[in-house]
Amino acid sequence: MEKFTVFEGKPAVIMRNDIDTDQLIPKQFLKNILKTGYGISLFYDWRYDENGKPRPDFILNKPEYKDATILVAGTNFGSGSSREHAAWALTDFGFKTVIAEGFGPIFYMNATKNGLLPIKLSHDDVQFIGQATDQDRIKIDLPQQTVTFRGKEFHFDFEEMYRYKFINGLDDIDITLQHEAEITQFESKLPDFAANNPGDMSKSELEKV
Amino acid sequence: MSKPQTMFDKIWNQHVITGKVGEPQLMYVDLHLVHEVTSPQAFEGLRENQRRVRRPDKTFATMDHNVPTKDVFNVKDAIAKKQMTTLQHNAEEFGVTLASVGTEDQGIIHVVGPQLGLTQPGKIIVCGDSHTSTHGAFGAIAFGIGTSEVEHVFATQTIWQQKPKTMGIHIHGNLQNGVTAKDIIMALIGQNGFDYFTGYAIEFYGNVIDAMSMAERMTMCNMVIEGGAKMGQMKPDQTTFDYVRGRKYAPRDMDAAIDYWSQFYTDDPSAYDQVMDFDVSNLAPYVTWGTNPGMAIPVDGQFPEPKDINDEKAYKYVGLTPGHSPEEIKLGFAFFGSCTNGRLEDLKAAANILKGHHIAPGITALVVPGSMAIKEAAEAIGLDQIFKDAGCDWRMPGCSACLGMNPDQVPAGVHCASTSNRNFEGRQGAGSITHLASPQMVAAAAIHGHFIDIRKEAI
Ligand code: SF4
Repeated sequence: MEKFTVFEGKPAVIMRNDIDTDQLIPKQFLKNILKTGYGISLFYDWRYDENGKPRPDFILNKPEYKDATILVAGTNFGSGSSREHAAWALTDFGFKTVIAEGFGPIFYMNATKNGLLPIKLSHDDVQFIGQATDQDRIKIDLPQQTVTFRGKEFHFDFEEMYRYKFINGLDDIDITLQHEAEITQFESKLPDFAANNPGDMSKSELEKV
Repeated sequence: MSKPQTMFDKIWNQHVITGKVGEPQLMYVDLHLVHEVTSPQAFEGLRENQRRVRRPDKTFATMDHNVPTKDVFNVKDAIAKKQMTTLQHNAEEFGVTLASVGTEDQGIIHVVGPQLGLTQPGKIIVCGDSHTSTHGAFGAIAFGIGTSEVEHVFATQTIWQQKPKTMGIHIHGNLQNGVTAKDIIMALIGQNGFDYFTGYAIEFYGNVIDAMSMAERMTMCNMVIEGGAKMGQMKPDQTTFDYVRGRKYAPRDMDAAIDYWSQFYTDDPSAYDQVMDFDVSNLAPYVTWGTNPGMAIPVDGQFPEPKDINDEKAYKYVGLTPGHSPEEIKLGFAFFGSCTNGRLEDLKAAANILKGHHIAPGITALVVPGSMAIKEAAEAIGLDQIFKDAGCDWRMPGCSACLGMNPDQVPAGVHCASTSNRNFEGRQGAGSITHLASPQMVAAAAIHGHFIDIRKEAI
């Protein structure tokens, strides 16, 4: 995972509530076998017409928002199904963070697992930031836990464990592997009743070696 | 005396590597089951970060969700084919044992794990699939995980989990003839709602459970997820041990294993965070009428008055009328199979009813064994012939019409009596209408063209 410390980027505002994972990425795109390539289908039903042609008036189709990295939205962002593809689609498009009034809990978890920083602010703060245009830049300082927009600074809460992961660019596996010694020790104490596992070489196979 | 513990506590405590209760704890995973749909991105993540599968010997993969059941070597759906070949390549690259299509161990992952003896008491078992709860029937802690967790388990053989609360459900009384394990779990969900058990690990106990076969126990644990619980379990006993003994991956030293497994039981019901009492003596066979598993009624009951917008939406989708009864549903399809009821015992039960009968005109019936081994065992005792003589289509193993990811789909607007576990909108194909029931009930319904109360009617 990339390290996330202080970051300045271009906002794209979609000020709606209850943007669910079906809107972020509809289910016909879930059959892929990769984690990448979903950015083009992000907000599919809003972004393209029935014939699959981009709707020119949808914000993410406008050339000036191609390089947007900060999504600003209303409350209950990412509610709905548990599909992790929703987070993948956002990061694949280029978003590094979503600022919203609230998040669906599973989406929130999935975002933190995929290096997408979910920032929860109050209704008034989100409305204020929601005035942003493509001319604005928003600054996010994760170590200080602040968002700066048009000279105003907003504080946000972020759990220490997640903050540590983002700042150091560690994923869940890196964190767990810090317990490597304990895992190995645990494995050495597993009960032994002559387990017979998949991939274990059978006696006859061993004799052949 | 020390505080009584639940079976769940005992297994859980033995697997904690680090962390304290109330927070996510790092848990050791004894068995990681893998299928083609939720694994590709996890393998991709390993590759990206140059990681390996830590314990291929505790990992087992098969293909089930989108394998075709007609001609397994001729996959027409390009995406299904890609997922299947991707799993083949990944298994090879990462040294994971794979039961591929056409091989003797292939089948639905929740059928194959127990059948191979991989599922054992006292284990923590995970799989990127919500019906992993099935394996709890052996006295294991078994639950479904998401794709990034699959990757995490591959790389570390561990998972971060917060300990759930426990609920003991005492199942007692005498089941009437024709009433099954499927009806018990459907009734529990139908009477309490599809999210009633959220946040709990459930343990079923009582004389009814003690008398059940492993197949019946698995049917019940399989569907706890439909009631909102991630995990369901039952105490391992002689039935469990006898089931595991002699299977391909059973421990070599069974005596030592049974000795170890015998420590897993709940000391006293007071150890559960909550208890529930369920008397099955007057239980009727159950049928779902709507679009979630909580919308279930006894077969001799009537569709309820809608109580909220969800019910209204469900009625609109299924085209049924409150006050009517399951006997009035005009069926066009019957599905026998899935990880709920695709085992040999289930096929036997259905065949017993179908024997000497023919399904009603206009009904399409698919019979899909849960695994290759079940298919072969069924054929060895002539079940396939009974199904075929009755007018059913006898297929190769897979998830099939349980989720309609392959060509086995229920057409739009058609009512299907199904032995599977989910009746969501479009679950068995766009516009399909699912009615869940036991294999016996589905068999009788297929003969009559509508549901009947198998307790009353001689077929
Ligand atoms: S049979 Fe159905 S419920 Fe079971 S694993 Fe397959 S798709 Fe899921």
